[in-house]
Amino acid sequence: MIAIISVVGKDRVGIIAAICIKLAEMNINVLDISQTILENNFTMVMAVDIKDANIPFTEVHDQLHKLGDSMNLAIHIQRQEIFDAMHTI
Amino acid sequence: MLNQKQIFSTIEMIEQQHLDIRTVTMGISLLSCCDEDPKKASTKIYDKITKSAEKLVPVCREIESEFGIPIVNKRISVTPISLVAAASETDNYSIFAQAMDRAARECGVNFIGGFSALVQKGMTDSDVKLLNSIPEALASTEIVCSSINVGSSKAGINLDAIAMMGRIIKKTAELTKDKDGLGCAKLVVFCNAVEDNPFMAGAFHGTGESERAINVGVSGPGVVFHALQSIKGQPINVVAETIKKTAFRITRMGQLVAQEASKRLNTPFGIVDLSLAPTSARGDSVARILEEIGLETCGTHGTTAALALLNDAVKKGGIMASSSVGGLSGAFIPVSEDEGMIAAAEAGTLCIDKLEAMTCVCSVGLDMIAIPGDTPAETISAIIADEAAIGMINMKTTAVRVLPTPGKDIGDSIEMGGLLGTAPVMPVHKESSAVFINRGGHIPAPIHSLKN
Repeated sequence: MIAIISVVGKDRVGIIAAICIKLAEMNINVLDISQTILENNFTMVMAVDIKDANIPFTEVHDQLHKLGDSMNLAIHIQRQEIFDAMHTI
Repeated sequence: MLNQKQIFSTIEMIEQQHLDIRTVTMGISLLSCCDEDPKKASTKIYDKITKSAEKLVPVCREIESEFGIPIVNKRISVTPISLVAAASETDNYSIFAQAMDRAARECGVNFIGGFSALVQKGMTDSDVKLLNSIPEALASTEIVCSSINVGSSKAGINLDAIAMMGRIIKKTAELTKDKDGLGCAKLVVFCNAVEDNPFMAGAFHGTGESERAINVGVSGPGVVFHALQSIKGQPINVVAETIKKTAFRITRMGQLVAQEASKRLNTPFGIVDLSLAPTSARGDSVARILEEIGLETCGTHGTTAALALLNDAVKKGGIMASSSVGGLSGAFIPVSEDEGMIAAAEAGTLCIDKLEAMTCVCSVGLDMIAIPGDTPAETISAIIADEAAIGMINMKTTAVRVLPTPGKDIGDSIEMGGLLGTAPVMPVHKESSAVFINRGGHIPAPIHSLKN
């Protein structure tokens, strides 16, 4: 089951590291990362496999939100299907 | 891998443009709950609803969390109670409304619809009992909604029922006057009512439906408004194309949620209702879309044309996005639930006569309109008759949900809170329609009903 994590916020050292450590703790595998700096903002989209996660989706969601709050970043995680549905026929 | 721009555009629609699923509504057949003993029947009703919909709210919460899309309302619709209660030996059907209310609150939904009767051709004894029970039923419950179908393109218009409904709306307002006549916000009178409508107050689970069904209503005026802001000054056909594309995206999301909910609840997927349903939040208004198309204020000349384009483009965009489209499907124009409509009504630009014209080209009808508390019952009936005539002749659904709150007059507002919003009292014509309404009888079906 693939989910998309999106991250937006002020660039700083260690954003990708912190998120990847958190994902590893939850046994979530990263499939793809695309990252750029847009108008001084760090923006990243990750595709992750949540099928073997060691906690339920809602807790993954909460943990990432908490991490986002502590690092002053907006982090969202959503199942991939919603983006497929809206943007592909 | 998905395109980053598309991912952030979806997130922006949800976070900043109020994109949401307006309602996931579970339809439940109560035909198995008939019983001579009204107490036994109401126990069966309670048990069937709570058993069928026990997982509705938790499953919707799971979907919200996993897909990151808010589902604003979780609702239940049931078989019209006039059919379910017909076998019961009682004249007062409030007991069934109360059972629905308890069951719906137990399930955690925010509305339950189906305290309904279909009387377009005539009334059974049970229909009459149900109609007479409406004021008490709505006053003694919190989240029960009632709808009555008084006309159809096939059967004509039941003027006797319309005359009764005028009086019933007045009485409902009177019995709920301590809550600003809130009972009337839960009561709608239809022509050509649909059997799979997920939206309140008019949702009921028709007799042609399966045992249970999941029907989903999408929303998204804010997304359409935002899309139109990027094409200022361009020709009107560009406006139509832009709305179509936006409606497609919105509906695809509705289809996805409907399929997920259906699978997880082990309940057949019914329909997606392609409606643009506004809220009173700033930036989530159908009126503001019409103004973005180029009108200074909603209600001025050109409003009907702009609304016709909007309504049609929403359907064209949505129809390909869903495997099964139904319900009311169009743009809603409930005055109290739309920030731009409220402003236009307060400014005096939007009046009931213009709203009536607008209902000819959109879904659904005169909706959530506060009128003076001293409006005669016959005038309310005549407003219903006008709307029903528009629906009957144009083969579309029309409806009336007016709020004649006792003691309120022009210049006052009715504050209902939440999604129901704020309704400024709008003037109605003073001249009497009583002789017309009191003729009673039945307006024959139009010639185009004879299609066979």
